[in-house]
Amino acid sequence: METKVNTDLTNFRMETRKWLEDNCPLSMREPTKDPSQLYWGGRNGEFSSDDQKLWFERMLEKKWIVPYWKVKYGGGGLSKEKNNILNQEMGRLGCRKPHYNFGISMLGPAMLKFASEEQKLNYLPDIVQGKIRWCQGYSEPNAGSDLANLQTKAEDKGDYFLVTGSKVWTSYAEKADWIFCLVRTDSSSSKHTGISFLLIDMASEGVSTRPIKLISGKSPFCETFFDSVKVPKANLVGTLNDGWTIAKYLLTHERQMIGGIGETDKKLHISDEAINVMSKNNGILSDTILRSKISEFEMNEEIFDLTIRRTMDEEKSGNNSGAASSFFKYYGTELNIQREELRLKINGFSSTEWNSKASENGKQARYFCRTKGNSIEGGTHEVQLNIIAKRILGLPTK
Amino acid sequence: MALIINEEQQMLKESTKEFLDLKSPISSMRKLRDNNFQTYNKELWMEMVEMGWTALTIPEKYNGLNFGYVGLGQVLEEMGRKLTISPIISTVLMSTTLISLSKNEILKSNLFKEIMNGTKLSTVAHDEGVHHNPEILNSLISKEGDFFILNGKKNFVIDGSISDYLIVTANNESGSNVLICVIDSKSTGVEYNNKVHMDSRTYSDITFNNVKIKNDNFLSFEGDGKLILEKTLDITRIGLAAEMLGNIQEAFEITVNYLKEREQFGVKIGSFQALQHRCALMFGEIELCKSIVLKALQAIDSNDSSLSKYSSLAKAKLGSILQLVSNEAVQMHGGIGVTDDADIGFFLKRARVVQSMLGDSNFHLDKLAKIKNY
Repeated sequence: METKVNTDLTNFRMETRKWLEDNCPLSMREPTKDPSQLYWGGRNGEFSSDDQKLWFERMLEKKWIVPYWKVKYGGGGLSKEKNNILNQEMGRLGCRKPHYNFGISMLGPAMLKFASEEQKLNYLPDIVQGKIRWCQGYSEPNAGSDLANLQTKAEDKGDYFLVTGSKVWTSYAEKADWIFCLVRTDSSSSKHTGISFLLIDMASEGVSTRPIKLISGKSPFCETFFDSVKVPKANLVGTLNDGWTIAKYLLTHERQMIGGIGETDKKLHISDEAINVMSKNNGILSDTILRSKISEFEMNEEIFDLTIRRTMDEEKSGNNSGAASSFFKYYGTELNIQREELRLKINGFSSTEWNSKASENGKQARYFCRTKGNSIEGGTHEVQLNIIAKRILGLPTK
Repeated sequence: MALIINEEQQMLKESTKEFLDLKSPISSMRKLRDNNFQTYNKELWMEMVEMGWTALTIPEKYNGLNFGYVGLGQVLEEMGRKLTISPIISTVLMSTTLISLSKNEILKSNLFKEIMNGTKLSTVAHDEGVHHNPEILNSLISKEGDFFILNGKKNFVIDGSISDYLIVTANNESGSNVLICVIDSKSTGVEYNNKVHMDSRTYSDITFNNVKIKNDNFLSFEGDGKLILEKTLDITRIGLAAEMLGNIQEAFEITVNYLKEREQFGVKIGSFQALQHRCALMFGEIELCKSIVLKALQAIDSNDSSLSKYSSLAKAKLGSILQLVSNEAVQMHGGIGVTDDADIGFFLKRARVVQSMLGDSNFHLDKLAKIKNY
């Protein structure tokens, strides 16, 4: 019996390898340099190249956009083992993910766990097909790290909710079609109860967005305003007033995503960049202090990747790993921040160029600035450390 | 290969823990120290021999258990938790590794037999400076009639004072090859200067004056000495990293438990965010340590071509995190942490010795950069 299973998996691996080699366009095997090179879907979604379109369509036909979701929800119905093999094989070739969507990485897992069957059938297939681009409405001006303090109100008006309030840090809200939101449905109870999880069409009357300009000069985030927006009752996911349970579950997924779990895209080694750009002396970088910092960084980068692998292998074998999503969020973003700090040192004067043709309008400098948000968004470094201290190490509160 | 230990390895880890809990708690290490720095506990060692620990990595062909280095790593990790003093690093981790790489079959099966049954202890004498550096090699083996003659000086030989055999590295006369020979530790011309270090263990500086070596006592053969030595060093570093992982985890757990008990200002000190965040950071670093140690141990067993890289990653990472955790452990214990009554100081004192053994973090970060050509 066991050999039969193994043969099945081996065959799947060989078939997958061949299929990817035959079908993944070469340009889709290059490392991505910024988020604009990814396909996000949506009503107004655009492909940035013909290869990107081809890759998306082929993967969609193969049902590998979200390979591990059930077929009835638009997925490929792959087992955990087969999904892992697919991930490994994509990693081996460096294949990009064909479709990025907060609907896949965040809303989907929450819906699978908490939504009604009708809701799943209604929303999930559209995500897979790239028809609907989702954004997340969590934080508010007075609810950042203290998320449960949120005040956006959803009043019960019989057959609909009337939503009033504002959200902040909604990623790509101006490009998204729908938003999944935390709203207050009962203000009489304690902070954590009385919150509900609501799906809102961004095209509804009374929804507006305003971009937030960051220190990078770019605006990946928006403020989103709800001015007496009517939302059908059917859009409530899970139990009324129990949205905090979904919120916590979803934050775990967000942390994993930001920390880089499950990413197959290859990153460039900064030591290769240093070898190209910097002077050497007897085969060794002349800046020996920077050399040791690069070496230490790449050590941590490689061991962090091993730790992600170990955690996945432990979960596969049914053991609950000690490493939590908070740790992955902390360490993954910390490495990203350190990486850009080192790249500034490696590239010297050219790295701080902001408005110039040679720098593609300050691509590196702006990305450097952008990484400073990594240790804040999705729960600050400090919040992650609090969670590890209390939930994992069990350190006392008083 | 999945990055997890299998059931057999898990069982070995658990039985080791059970054995050491009973036979070698930290107090027994303290006892050896208080007994005028006794070098090791012979009865305990013979029990370890009976448990099969000396045979773990020896191939079946020589009647060994062929259990592999992931298995030995579990034993070393548990010993690291208890700071157990024993000849396992010199005799098993270092010597049997080097012997198993040799092509001298007769010498090999004889040495394996004596090591496995516990009748003989062995160590490797290789370092010659005050820092680990395999490139410094001034010891010399020259031919004289039917014999070879060894001259030179070795530093920081682990268990040098108790070993029956010394495995010694030296140059040949033309300086073109590294030779590796085995000599009886009581041979004429061998002089010892034994030194107790901060970790309460004894290391020896050994001088060789015209020491005779028989023709068939060479472990190197036709210029393979350098490769044998390099691989032995890589594997030993990984074994040391496994021991360090045990040191780190135990010191960390003792400290976290202390923070949950100790009260100041009317509250448990573990409720202070200044301490909580430092603990959370250490927790994360320890997760990284576990991953690289296991990956490196597996790389030995699978004959991975990147062994050298994983070895340096492991020794560099574990060295820097052991430094961090051993310091924080003492600091978070407050005044009690710097008293001899508390065990936590033993971790700090073992840490600094094992950190420098076979290259500290700086040595290995440099090596990693060289592997990647920068």
